[in-house]
Amino acid sequence: MTIKKVLVFGSAALKIGEAGEFDYSGSQAIKALKSEGIKTSLVNPNIATVQTDQQLADKIYFLPVTPTFIEKIIAKERPDGVLLSCGGQTALNCGIDLAKNGVFDKYGVKVLGTPIKTIVNTEDRALFAEKLNEIGVLTPNNRSITSLKEAISAAKEVGYPVMIRIAYALGGLGSTVVKSEKELIPAIKLALSHSHQVLIEEYLLGWKEIEYEVVRDSYDNCITVCNMENLDPLGIHTGESIVVAPSQTLSNEEYHFLREIAIKTIRHLGVVGECNIQYALDPHSKDYRVIEVNARLSRSSALASKATGYPLAYVSVKLALGYSLGEITNNTTKATMACFEPALDYIVIKIPRWDLKKFPMVSKQINSSMKSVGEVMAIGRCFEEALQKALRMLDIGALGIVGNKKLFTDNTETKNKLEKALAQPTDERIFALAKALVEGFSIDEIHQLTHIDRWYLSKIQNIISTTKRLDLYKGGTCPRELLLLSKKLGFADAQLAHILDSDENKIRLNRINFGIHPYVKQIDTLAGEYPPQTNYLYLTYHASQDDLSFHSGNNKILILGSGAYRIGSSVEFDWCCVNSINTIKELGYETLMLNFNPETVSTDYDISDRLYFDEISLETVLEILRKESAMGVIVSVGGQAANNLALPLHLAGVNVLGTSPIQIDRAEDRKKFSAALDQLKIDQPKWCELTDLAGAIKFCHQVGYPTLVRPSYVLSGAAMIVASNDREMTHYFSKVALVSNDHPVVISKFIEDAKEIELDAVAFNGEITAFAISEHVENAGVHSGDATLVYPAQRTYVETMRQIIKIGRKIAKEFAISGPFNTQFVAKSNFIKVIECNLRASRSFPFISKVAKLNFIKEATLAIMGKEATKKVSSSFTNYDYVGVKASQFSFTRLNGADPTLGVEMSSTGEVACLGDDFNEALLKSLISVGFKFPLRKVLLSTGPLDKKIAFNSSVQKMILAGIEIYSTPGTYKFLKDHQLKSKMIDWPDSTNSKTVLDLIYSNQLDLVINIPKNFYKQELDNDYLIRRKAVDRGIPLVTNIQLAKRLVEAALEKTIDDLQIKDWHSYK
Amino acid sequence: MKKTRLVLQNGLIFEGEAFGYEKPASGELIFNTGMVGYAETLSDPSYKGQILVFTYPLIGNYGIFSDQQQKGDIPINFESEKIHVAGVVVNSFSEDYYHYQAKMSFDSWLKKLKIPAITGVDTRAITLNISNSGSRLAKIESEEENYPFFDPNKENLVKEVSIKAPKFYDAHGDKTVLIVDTGMKSNILRYVLSKKINVQRVPWNYDFKHLKFDGILLGNGPGNPELIKETIAILQTQLTQEKPILGICLGHQLLAIAGGASTYKMKFGHHSQNQPCVLVGTKRVFITSQNHGFAVDESSFTDDWQPWFFNANDGSNEGMRHKSKPFFSVQFHPEASPGPTDTNFILDEFLALL
Repeated sequence: MTIKKVLVFGSAALKIGEAGEFDYSGSQAIKALKSEGIKTSLVNPNIATVQTDQQLADKIYFLPVTPTFIEKIIAKERPDGVLLSCGGQTALNCGIDLAKNGVFDKYGVKVLGTPIKTIVNTEDRALFAEKLNEIGVLTPNNRSITSLKEAISAAKEVGYPVMIRIAYALGGLGSTVVKSEKELIPAIKLALSHSHQVLIEEYLLGWKEIEYEVVRDSYDNCITVCNMENLDPLGIHTGESIVVAPSQTLSNEEYHFLREIAIKTIRHLGVVGECNIQYALDPHSKDYRVIEVNARLSRSSALASKATGYPLAYVSVKLALGYSLGEITNNTTKATMACFEPALDYIVIKIPRWDLKKFPMVSKQINSSMKSVGEVMAIGRCFEEALQKALRMLDIGALGIVGNKKLFTDNTETKNKLEKALAQPTDERIFALAKALVEGFSIDEIHQLTHIDRWYLSKIQNIISTTKRLDLYKGGTCPRELLLLSKKLGFADAQLAHILDSDENKIRLNRINFGIHPYVKQIDTLAGEYPPQTNYLYLTYHASQDDLSFHSGNNKILILGSGAYRIGSSVEFDWCCVNSINTIKELGYETLMLNFNPETVSTDYDISDRLYFDEISLETVLEILRKESAMGVIVSVGGQAANNLALPLHLAGVNVLGTSPIQIDRAEDRKKFSAALDQLKIDQPKWCELTDLAGAIKFCHQVGYPTLVRPSYVLSGAAMIVASNDREMTHYFSKVALVSNDHPVVISKFIEDAKEIELDAVAFNGEITAFAISEHVENAGVHSGDATLVYPAQRTYVETMRQIIKIGRKIAKEFAISGPFNTQFVAKSNFIKVIECNLRASRSFPFISKVAKLNFIKEATLAIMGKEATKKVSSSFTNYDYVGVKASQFSFTRLNGADPTLGVEMSSTGEVACLGDDFNEALLKSLISVGFKFPLRKVLLSTGPLDKKIAFNSSVQKMILAGIEIYSTPGTYKFLKDHQLKSKMIDWPDSTNSKTVLDLIYSNQLDLVINIPKNFYKQELDNDYLIRRKAVDRGIPLVTNIQLAKRLVEAALEKTIDDLQIKDWHSYK
Repeated sequence: MKKTRLVLQNGLIFEGEAFGYEKPASGELIFNTGMVGYAETLSDPSYKGQILVFTYPLIGNYGIFSDQQQKGDIPINFESEKIHVAGVVVNSFSEDYYHYQAKMSFDSWLKKLKIPAITGVDTRAITLNISNSGSRLAKIESEEENYPFFDPNKENLVKEVSIKAPKFYDAHGDKTVLIVDTGMKSNILRYVLSKKINVQRVPWNYDFKHLKFDGILLGNGPGNPELIKETIAILQTQLTQEKPILGICLGHQLLAIAGGASTYKMKFGHHSQNQPCVLVGTKRVFITSQNHGFAVDESSFTDDWQPWFFNANDGSNEGMRHKSKPFFSVQFHPEASPGPTDTNFILDEFLALL
């Protein structure tokens, strides 16, 4: 059968365990299909992705990646084939369900690439072990269990400690190591709540964890494209591990022995395309186990793709279409074939980026379950160089592994504590390794505690020894030879400045005087065996010449990327970068991209003219510009991290394009911005900057509680809260240790019951050329990144919108904006206050661009480049006969212990947006996309304070009329009863009654839990917390905001699933 | 560390630091792109007379394993008892090494076997110089030394690396393979013996007509095949017989010349573990380990021979088969070590014919 039309499954919202890597793989896949002249349809509600851009797939469905919706899309589109392997576990699970339900057979759809049977064999752990056993390949000794009783006896047989794993899980969800029966019981209960099949497995303490990326075609050609070694031994999920490519500690025999097993295994399983195989390898013998095979593109394959320059996703799709490996050219070298195994002449290090500080109740320990939200990849010519680069890339305030202004080693004051910090890894263990070496621990001692290979520790020791040499020159000038050595070991100018008691600029000048500069090297997949043609570059001090030359033409533009994905900055900024690059290319300029996030599309080989895969820092940008005579730098499309460089670059004499860095600074600096607003007579909530509690309380009494409190100096995710009284304010001051003259807090009046509205706009020379006004479903108080966003705004007064655009125009003029900006407002009965303004692209740019069908980044880039807008746009709700709703994806299930409620700190990890003929339709589609289940049959209510109960009263009435069974906690029950509304009372978790609300949650009968917190200030592990937490642990949809609850009920009662239309993006006109 | 430098015949100089044994070295400068297997690579006799650049920037991480030998004189962990390169060039090497099998550091091994080395040079720049302009002569020397350039391709290097007298390895098998040792890697020997087949190993120019054997294996070796005239002459007499012949690397080139074909010097050869070779007439591609600077010219084949494999990257010949007799040979290393083991089957096919 010839394939003429393919439906590609996306991975929906970014979540822990499934992030931006699938935008990269999906985008490459669509390009590969298009290059064959195949028509492509894509289903993915993740509107902020590059793959959902109009120039890629022929048809795009912003719809949930669930069997129900995809079956309808198949019925409508009638594709010849489906591609499941580029959308992560979400797509794979959905495909397995569709295959089981016979949908593919019914519509005669071919599953491209790896057959479903192979996928099932790799996903079902018992089948997997059986298949590998057939060819004598070893898997961990384990038992599959379905009950607690079986688990207890299985664990005894296998022998403690044992690893608990669950089937069909992404990112090692629910897997954990337990040392005794006491620890086993709760862990098994939790695991069984996620899956009917749980595995009890031998725990291979201290074994090395090694991965190979394997590619196989339908002619049985099979190659390994990359191998990778986890610095953290087995027991820490590979997504949580520091990973090195290629392996550093394997001998030739070990490397090729595991490679041979990989090929044998993958051939036996029958994978067609790309997959990943993970091993445990005994560091003291030739013993090994195959841990798992992911028969799809994965986080590891994205990393391997960027680490080697081999386009795995592109090649895997060609193979799925029936090509042989020998028929595909190597797009990187252009001269050679895809059938080869890349040779690296550099080392790559990946470090995960965590945001655990945002979740006070989540343990900082890392283990076999994933918690990180992003990652960075550093390239160097030695381990030390790449490691220190990577640590800076994390953007957590680290200057390297040592020489930091901030301590990354909490709880390591005593020898015992330090030993514990080594043996029980947290997100900051890498810093504890360095500290231990400084404190005089031997490499062997640390190895005993961590099982990290001593080779890695010896390299960190090199850095420590060099630091000690540097210490001798504190306050003075470091000699050339030592400075050069330090640079080769990855020390940054700023880090050296801190070690030498100097400042960054002095260090840089001294370095320049010594003639010490990094050189530019190419990543060419063949270690220089063929003269390289590639534009994939990095900087290193281990060199004496550049690989390529730099023409002096003044038409090059450097674009700063988004860096590591984290809460608050992710795929949306990659989308901005890619679209900005495309626009600049269209204008005839050459593009230089700087980014280091391996999960991104902007770091793909075919996006920019030259890709610098390196740090986004003042030092690196200056070094690149020293070689490339770029016309200017764009800082406003890569999110806040890039934006932060605006002023430093400007002060260093770099031409920052678009809005002036002086103006950017005026908007970023709270005092300057506030003064500007006062001058423009634009209202803002009252605020002040304080360093003491007494002053804080005095201010709060003046303006009245509640107030919003945040540290003015934020290194990473320090808490922002809403305080309602003196007690909470006092508690906050006692907790935030860093409040001082250098680090004051900012307190502002918090406006209650106000609407929050956003203005996204583009201005050219101070004149707005495009704008979009969107509204939040939730009232102010929910972080804009967590809120449900509606565009065009549906329930905002025309008068309010008119005022907002008026304010927007004033701001654009005052700050002489040329480029993108975003302003957030609170509105209460037509009184409007500005709460925030950023002179850069915002998170919502892709959303409003795709709903409005006007590319705001293209417009913004034109403005930045000094070009007139495509057309002047007056965005009015009447322009659109449809509505877009953006909903947030939370990953609370993975953040064990976190309180799953919404507040002023952002906690969502991703988002989706769907279109509908009306708000209700768009809302339901979006909610289903982030895991909500409809229809509602049984709902648990616990609606918090009285005003919220009153507000929700009419919704309860409607639900009862619709026949929905309502369960309520005692207070809510009483309120409902007083209002003649019938519900079933269910006791609080701490009740002595035999049956409590938790039993109801565990019964898996609820379709929705609505739990409204009593106040803003989160601190107690109370009953409400337990309800929320257990609901999330059980995978029951949870709503904690009353406005969203009301709109959800309204929508769910108005429409059934069948009312939700299967319409592609272009059909919304 | 002491300063030293790598001087290329074209005048380029790379300043670095000396390690390994302190003496000057000269030879043909080539590079190898393998990421593992530095010990296997350096002990491969095919590198005789060459200065080797490792493109992988970190060498010596897992140290050097035991240099003990197993029964007979087959080293357990190396491809021969010696390091055959004239000199070694690295970006950096690990003084500290950690592996449960490791017995000494890379540096100590070089010192022990008296091989000079240079570190701290831009190995990628050197590599690109070779891949752009071809392999060339080079030397490692300190500034004050004025060591002459040495061209190994004008010498019969095989004579130097071959054993001096025949040697029999008894695997207590029914069959015996005769290996013509032109600088053979030990893993060929280990592989055959592991299949319970005896080996009769003979010097490169040994007339073995009178010996008892079931098949001939022509191993790898260094240098220009055209210079190995005595081996070629002996082979020509064997081509009139019916006993199976397998050629590997230099053995492939010698068999080709004996069969009437010619060879040529490549720009800089294939020295890596990731060379894709296509089985002629199929879509099957194999990843192979290679180390050669000369290649067989396929267009010079006589009617009796046909191509068997070709290189997917540059189309060069990678193997040939006789049309009617059990003679075949490959340019790559089916015995691996270092490198991928995907083409072990070629050895198996040969051994099955005995």
